[in-house]
Amino acid sequence: MLRARRIAPYLLSAPALTVYALFLVVPLASMALIGFQHFDFYGGVKPGFTFENYAQIFGDGYYWEIFGRTFWIAALVTVICGVIGTFEAIVLHRMANPWKAVFLLIVLGPLLISVVVRTLGWALLFGSTGLVNKALLGLGVLSEPIQFMYSVTGVVVALTHVLVPFVVISVWASLQRINPAIERAAISLGAGQATVLRRVIVPLAMPGILSGSVIVFALAASAFATPAIIGGRRLKVIATAAYDEFLNTLNWPLGASLAVLLLAANVVVLYASNRLIERRYRAVFAEGAV
Amino acid sequence: MKNGPLVLAFHALFIAFIVAPLAIVCVVAFTPTGYIALPTEGLSLRWFRAILDNPRFIHAFWLSLGLGLVSSVIATALAIPAALAIARFRFPGRDAVSAFLLSPLMIPHIVLGVSFLRFFSIAGINGTFAGLAIGHVIVILPFALRLVLAAATGMDPAVERAAVSLGASRLTVFRRVTLPLILPGIVSGWLLAFITSFDELTMSVFISNPSTTPLPVRMFLYIQDNIDPLVAAVSALLIAVTAVLMLVLDRLVGLERLFVGKGSH
Repeated sequence: MLRARRIAPYLLSAPALTVYALFLVVPLASMALIGFQHFDFYGGVKPGFTFENYAQIFGDGYYWEIFGRTFWIAALVTVICGVIGTFEAIVLHRMANPWKAVFLLIVLGPLLISVVVRTLGWALLFGSTGLVNKALLGLGVLSEPIQFMYSVTGVVVALTHVLVPFVVISVWASLQRINPAIERAAISLGAGQATVLRRVIVPLAMPGILSGSVIVFALAASAFATPAIIGGRRLKVIATAAYDEFLNTLNWPLGASLAVLLLAANVVVLYASNRLIERRYRAVFAEGAV
Repeated sequence: MKNGPLVLAFHALFIAFIVAPLAIVCVVAFTPTGYIALPTEGLSLRWFRAILDNPRFIHAFWLSLGLGLVSSVIATALAIPAALAIARFRFPGRDAVSAFLLSPLMIPHIVLGVSFLRFFSIAGINGTFAGLAIGHVIVILPFALRLVLAAATGMDPAVERAAVSLGASRLTVFRRVTLPLILPGIVSGWLLAFITSFDELTMSVFISNPSTTPLPVRMFLYIQDNIDPLVAAVSALLIAVTAVLMLVLDRLVGLERLFVGKGSH
């Protein structure tokens, strides 16, 4: 009986682990390996072991530009999402039902709708109908139309729309854990609205703000559909560049090297920031029921 | 604390920002003309009828539906025992098992896509339904696992012990006690897994071929060539269907609990 209890958890998780070993670990490893093989435009992939694909990526300004653009876009999207998402979460938190529930549904619902559909919406607003420019010009915000399609601006706006719900939900979750008496205490001690926000609410919600932003950064840096549709062929990011190498140029070794670098950057950023947030805010995490 | 007028103005702008791209898709879908023109002169269902004459979208829809059903059922079936193992037992390697099973959330889909393209090409199943289903199971399993895990962790183990002490067999306890108690978690995990599979583009684009193309891939390839009211009509239908599923999920678990920590753990 005791022995059965000892092996039971392994037996229960064995089916899922086996599927992962076969269909996740093996494919990832074989992809990583092909990144070390030689590619010939006439003969295709050659066996052997070489660092030339990585050397090509790091030695070519073209790829530096793509990496720079990818991280610049991801950073901009992260900052914008972090600020407006946090603010919106605080607004929602202060609302009363039924409005609170309705707006939470409106803000989070789009996460379930295909990214292709959401990006199509922005392509329509930016391009075919030009509604965004018409509205901004009409309101007097702009004096000249902005180029949204095929520009970093357009990709940043559309990606912000796709990813901002992750910050809202993450901040929302940490606001739920704040004892409302703390806010009332600050007010009774004479703090104004702005002071309560700056000195009480935002610091307590900081783990949520940070972990939401980390998710946004990781997803923005590896986004594919939105940069492909809004950015087009010329405004490449790492994901669309890897796509072109695999499906157009058919240079799999180079595409695989790009994918490996993207994966490595992603894992490092997620792992390091999660560790950092947990250590820095251990007290906050321990206090609330996580 | 109450929201002031300035704050509410921000809120209105934010909601407009969230809704605008979805609203425009729905408006354009009812375009009466053969091209996109705003403001539209009247509304028309011609583009919804045009979908029926476009077998490529219809075929892609059925494929995505089948793919979503098959892969979400397999993923949930694998997730249930794994979730019970993690929730019920303290065993060496428990944290590693749970981190490993959730790890696809941390891997960019583009990376999974190229890995599967390479692996399935060698295995000779690239561009087949089986290949797509395997890829989708890997991508959606963490979603099913998280919700089943949350249900299993929240359940009081004393209820199971009570059933055992009353003479129920292991199987009976699972079937009559455990399963009914974690059923909401299973259903919502399965539904979220299904929606995630139905929406998946970035990985699928690598492992589909012209005859086996899921709907998001079909739409993506179509949009790359031209943007017209037809693809808006398809999107509007998807928005409508998703809205219904969203309300179901909201009833079952609450949307806010669905997404906490998505993309990492």
